[in-house]
Amino acid sequence: MLRLIDINKYYNPGTVNEMCLFEDFSLDIREGEFVSVVGSNGSGKTSMLNIICGSIPIDRGRIEINGVDITNTAEYIRQRRIGRVYQNPALGTCPNMTILENMSLADNKGKPFNLQRGTDKKRIDFYKNILSGLGLGLEDKMNVTVNTLSGGQRQALAMVMATMTPIEFLILDEHTAALDPKTAELIMKLTDNIVKEKKLTTIMVTHNLRYAVEYGNRLLMMHQGEIVIDTLGEEKQALKVEDILDKFNEISIECGN
Amino acid sequence: MLTVIIGIFEEGFAYAILALGVYITYKILDFPDLSVDGTFPLGGAVTVVLILAGVNPVLTLLLTFLTGAIAGIITGIIHVKFKVRDLLSGIIVMTALYSINLRIAGSANVPIYNKDSIFENSFLERVIPEGFKPYLMLTVLLIIVVIMKMFLDIYLKTKSGYLLRAVGDNETVVTSLAKDKGIMKIVGLSIANAFVALSGGIFAQKNGFFDITIGTGALVTGVASVIIGTNLFRKLTFFKATTAVVIGSILYKACVQIAISMGLVAQDQKLITSILFLVILITGNEKRRRAKANA
Repeated sequence: MLRLIDINKYYNPGTVNEMCLFEDFSLDIREGEFVSVVGSNGSGKTSMLNIICGSIPIDRGRIEINGVDITNTAEYIRQRRIGRVYQNPALGTCPNMTILENMSLADNKGKPFNLQRGTDKKRIDFYKNILSGLGLGLEDKMNVTVNTLSGGQRQALAMVMATMTPIEFLILDEHTAALDPKTAELIMKLTDNIVKEKKLTTIMVTHNLRYAVEYGNRLLMMHQGEIVIDTLGEEKQALKVEDILDKFNEISIECGN
Repeated sequence: MLTVIIGIFEEGFAYAILALGVYITYKILDFPDLSVDGTFPLGGAVTVVLILAGVNPVLTLLLTFLTGAIAGIITGIIHVKFKVRDLLSGIIVMTALYSINLRIAGSANVPIYNKDSIFENSFLERVIPEGFKPYLMLTVLLIIVVIMKMFLDIYLKTKSGYLLRAVGDNETVVTSLAKDKGIMKIVGLSIANAFVALSGGIFAQKNGFFDITIGTGALVTGVASVIIGTNLFRKLTFFKATTAVVIGSILYKACVQIAISMGLVAQDQKLITSILFLVILITGNEKRRRAKANA
């Protein structure tokens, strides 16, 4: 359902620092896939997400969703069908607004932001119900501003907000990387629950090889703008962390380090 | 003494509406909007022309408000669509408005002394008893300030208002909500400058004249009021930020008045203004970045 076709992306074009990241990069993601993406720094993982979301422009190529060309569609319009959670927990929420106000904003995605009351009082119990499912006690802090929450609490809230309204894609950009191991585990379980429950097509970039192996039904490994491993189905299930590590080492040797 | 205090409150209320506008750009949008220095006299210029043409003073307020909104939209478009830096977008509009204001008003100083205004007209003449006259202007200003404050409070509680606050708080969230953050910035600048122009119009009706120089330092006055208000009442959560800004405006005018009563003359007013502003910035412990952006 999501297709990247012959994508070309250069950084600093026309300067001595010109760097080609993607050259005729293509990727086809089918409905219902939960794709884990691993790869070293600079391999193009986050750039790929940014290209899908429209955060950065491409130099050549085409991006399609369900056969519709969205290459020139503005970032905010693409977000109608995309939910995104970032590495930085601060990016997914409004720090100086309360949890209730943040939830109300997220709940209104896809509807007009007009002069009606910002918070629908009838929805408060619904919000509390979702938040109590996280087990972080956020449901008792509805009128607390988000900047007083911990990184893990914020990320959990960001996750809930990103997936609250009907979306087709979930984009996770190293969303557990800034969290302590215990919180990361919690967010990862939460992610898996939400993805399964809502049957979301998901792309998750991660540096945690265990998460990449344990979660999802397809695994991509990227290196210098190319896909070097692409496994799915049973082959993916059989994959072990060691296999990926071996591939990492193999690549490092090729590069001479 | 009483007249001095009433005078401070009158000035404070007139500038409170400016401060509410600046609160939108400076605090909510985090946008140092210098066009304010042009839209404040714009409100004055539009007001004197309409009053001289015999337009109803209340209707004049409404039209002044709309003119300010248009000026705000222009600043917004320059910044959002043409990607000009926030500070420069404001400076461009402020500079252009200097000439436009002169064109509208016809000259650098236009008196409207013997015309009807929101403070002096045949209707008020009939219903207000003689004994209340010294407090009439104060009362009219208080009513307008309360209306404008409530208008802003109610707006900020709407869905659109939430989105406006989100733009200043975290633009990424607005994009994630599939909304164009640029449009919201333009909306915010528009409302803010509408408030500022209204304030300028009220100022002109209150003082009975338009002068091209009334805009100089308008942003400084507004930001100072916002900082005084929001910092003094930060701990008192039952005070809405908008209420705090209104009180901040009165306190700021009181500070200026005290400085003048200590023997400084009118020419020194802008100097006093900027020194006071500096003191407020330093003691207010504002973020360094913001202070620099507004320096």
